[in-house]
Amino acid sequence: MFFLKLVFRNAFRARLRSALTVLGLVIALVAFGLLQTVVKSWYAGAEMASGTRLITRNSISLVFSLPGYYRDRIRSIGGVKGVAVSNWFGGIWRDERSFFAQFAVDVPNFFAMYPEFRFKPDEWTDLMRDRRGAAIGRQLADLYGFKVGDRLPIRGTIYSGNWEFTIRAIFDARDQGTITRQMYFHYDYLNEYLKQKVPRAADRAGVFVVEVDDASRAAEISRTIDAEFANSLAETLTETEKAFQLSFIAMIETIIQVIQGVSFIVIVIILAVAANTMAMTARERIGEYAMLKALGFGPPFVARLVLAESVMLGAIGGLLAIALTGPVAHGFFESIGKTIFAVFEVAPITYLWQALAALAVGLLAALVPMFRAANIGIVDGLRHVG
Amino acid sequence: MQIPLSYIARNLWVRRLTTMLTAGGMALVVFVFAAVLMLDAGLKATLVATGSDNNVLFIRKGAETEVQSGVARDQAALIESLPQIARTANGEALVSKEVVVLNSLPKIEGGKRTNVPIRGVPPVGLTLRPQVKIMTGRFFRPGSNEIIVGSSVARQFAGVEIGQALSFAQRRWTIVGVFDAGRTAFDSEIWGDAEQLLQAFRRGGFSSVIAQLATPSAFDSLIDSLAGEPRLTVDVKREKQFYEDQSRQLSNFITYLGMTLSVIFSLGAIIGAAITMYAAVATRTGEIGTLRALGFRRSAILTAFLLESLLLALVGGVAGLFAASFLQAITISTTNFQSFSEIAFSFALTARIVVNTLVFALVMGLIGGVLPAFKAARMKIVDSLRAA
Repeated sequence: MFFLKLVFRNAFRARLRSALTVLGLVIALVAFGLLQTVVKSWYAGAEMASGTRLITRNSISLVFSLPGYYRDRIRSIGGVKGVAVSNWFGGIWRDERSFFAQFAVDVPNFFAMYPEFRFKPDEWTDLMRDRRGAAIGRQLADLYGFKVGDRLPIRGTIYSGNWEFTIRAIFDARDQGTITRQMYFHYDYLNEYLKQKVPRAADRAGVFVVEVDDASRAAEISRTIDAEFANSLAETLTETEKAFQLSFIAMIETIIQVIQGVSFIVIVIILAVAANTMAMTARERIGEYAMLKALGFGPPFVARLVLAESVMLGAIGGLLAIALTGPVAHGFFESIGKTIFAVFEVAPITYLWQALAALAVGLLAALVPMFRAANIGIVDGLRHVG
Repeated sequence: MQIPLSYIARNLWVRRLTTMLTAGGMALVVFVFAAVLMLDAGLKATLVATGSDNNVLFIRKGAETEVQSGVARDQAALIESLPQIARTANGEALVSKEVVVLNSLPKIEGGKRTNVPIRGVPPVGLTLRPQVKIMTGRFFRPGSNEIIVGSSVARQFAGVEIGQALSFAQRRWTIVGVFDAGRTAFDSEIWGDAEQLLQAFRRGGFSSVIAQLATPSAFDSLIDSLAGEPRLTVDVKREKQFYEDQSRQLSNFITYLGMTLSVIFSLGAIIGAAITMYAAVATRTGEIGTLRALGFRRSAILTAFLLESLLLALVGGVAGLFAASFLQAITISTTNFQSFSEIAFSFALTARIVVNTLVFALVMGLIGGVLPAFKAARMKIVDSLRAA
């Protein structure tokens, strides 16, 4: 008890310095937590993927479409429960900055496979009645203030021209991991236009979403589908929805790796700051340590004193940081994060990492000063002038 | 009277461990700051260098990239007849009608597939891009199933060595050469014969049309001609502008992310500097009193401590910049979401970045040192001498 009291008093003798050190520690650990959350949020799209859904696309690359009649051929393969067309639209609403994803899908088939999107019955009926109707996710609606009945003008980039949609339904997420930051509309609306203007591009699908009745047969069914179209004009590549989403993330993997790397640099920076504080503290108190030794306390006691002080500062910083990370992440998400991320939740593992990092900084920062304090000769130490 | 600089430098030297740790923390922050600027500069240099001021690029109205665009044959013929376009001695228009598609290829590292643009180029396309040179092998023969790969593609993707073949669109395409495009976006592309690729992919029209202007200043009158030609449904941009626009999103992303990180990290480094300088002031209270008693003014004390902090920051800044300069050897490859294809670029260190980085380091030193320096300058002679 006496030992702890001594450590506590020591830690706050240079109040300003200790406060600054703790502040630095808090800033770095919160930054670390945010960066980890950024990385995790990137993978959110893959997390919501279902094991029973496959994506079939053109094997050359996503830019190539598939003939529409593939749907019936895929449907006839054993184990396939449903097939829906999904077509990336890539239009721009207002300006490029307010980007959101739009997909042309065959609405009834598509949403039958996505029970995680919840519709109000009357809105669903309206959506089915209006060929120019669009369904908007709750997060997207909240972000830009869209309401049911709003007109939504979108400029096409892949399908040129100005497109008019009417928001007929706003769907909700069944659970927290579900992303509702996108828009769906009737594939028929797009297809009718293409039939008139660009007949060559009509009756084609960007990808097919395929539902299988047994997740354990996903790999086998994927191979069957691809074999069905081997050596044809449009060969296919079928993979699970999760693998499909991850292939997008893989494209920007370099950037994610950089963020990971940088979040560890933060820890090193704060280690330097904390180690600096401990080094100065120990140097100033060399005289005191020598005095303690003269009184009969051994080197281990002096070393423990330095170590405990450092760990205490680390612990205070760590606790404050963990308490602050949640609110800061929430604030970031509410203010600017919503335009980039669909979800931004601090994962429990991130808190654990923060705690470990705080502990590690506390331990490592004390290493050199501990050694110095323990090894100081009594005479040299007493003679030492700060 | 000024306090000598050697006195300031020696003070840093006496507390080597502390100086090293503080400067080290700053060096890391500076490293991140410089790395971000270098990455952004590298990306811009690559994409901006891709375009030429003399060339213009036509894509379908509303399209943002060549892959999204489609220019029908009759439209391309209309473009050829525009008066602002340069012609050879035989009267042929310097117009390259090209097709760009994406093919997903596995990377050597990790085997993940990403999109590589395949560009079908007619012979005139090479005249418009004098920077493209064959490194090994030879150019593809016009009218054949031969392709050549850019140097970045050759480095990063599997199965693209000379003599190997890629299978797509029901044909085998033999690789006969590797080309270097002088660190431009073309280095991340695969080139083949335009007509062969059009047929293989069953495309009716081209993706884009690239043309050389008769004179660089003809651009404005070209826009007027386009406005007066309702049959043409294309947008035109200077080639340089087109590639600059392609870099915008990725460049903004790198800059926003990097600057946010730098600001947060710099808070840590400033705190580190402040702690060090407060400690320096505290341990040298007696010295400060002595200096004052010797006749040095408050302003001299203030300047001395500020200079010490700036010197500390400079050491960190130079160390960080030195470490960052080695990044120039690294090439980053990532997907540009605007063109939806892989692009390789390196970190580029420019004189401007050196200056900005050092200023950034000095500002950190100044902010960290200003309060401790004022504390030192405000000390009373008697008190500080008594404290010693």
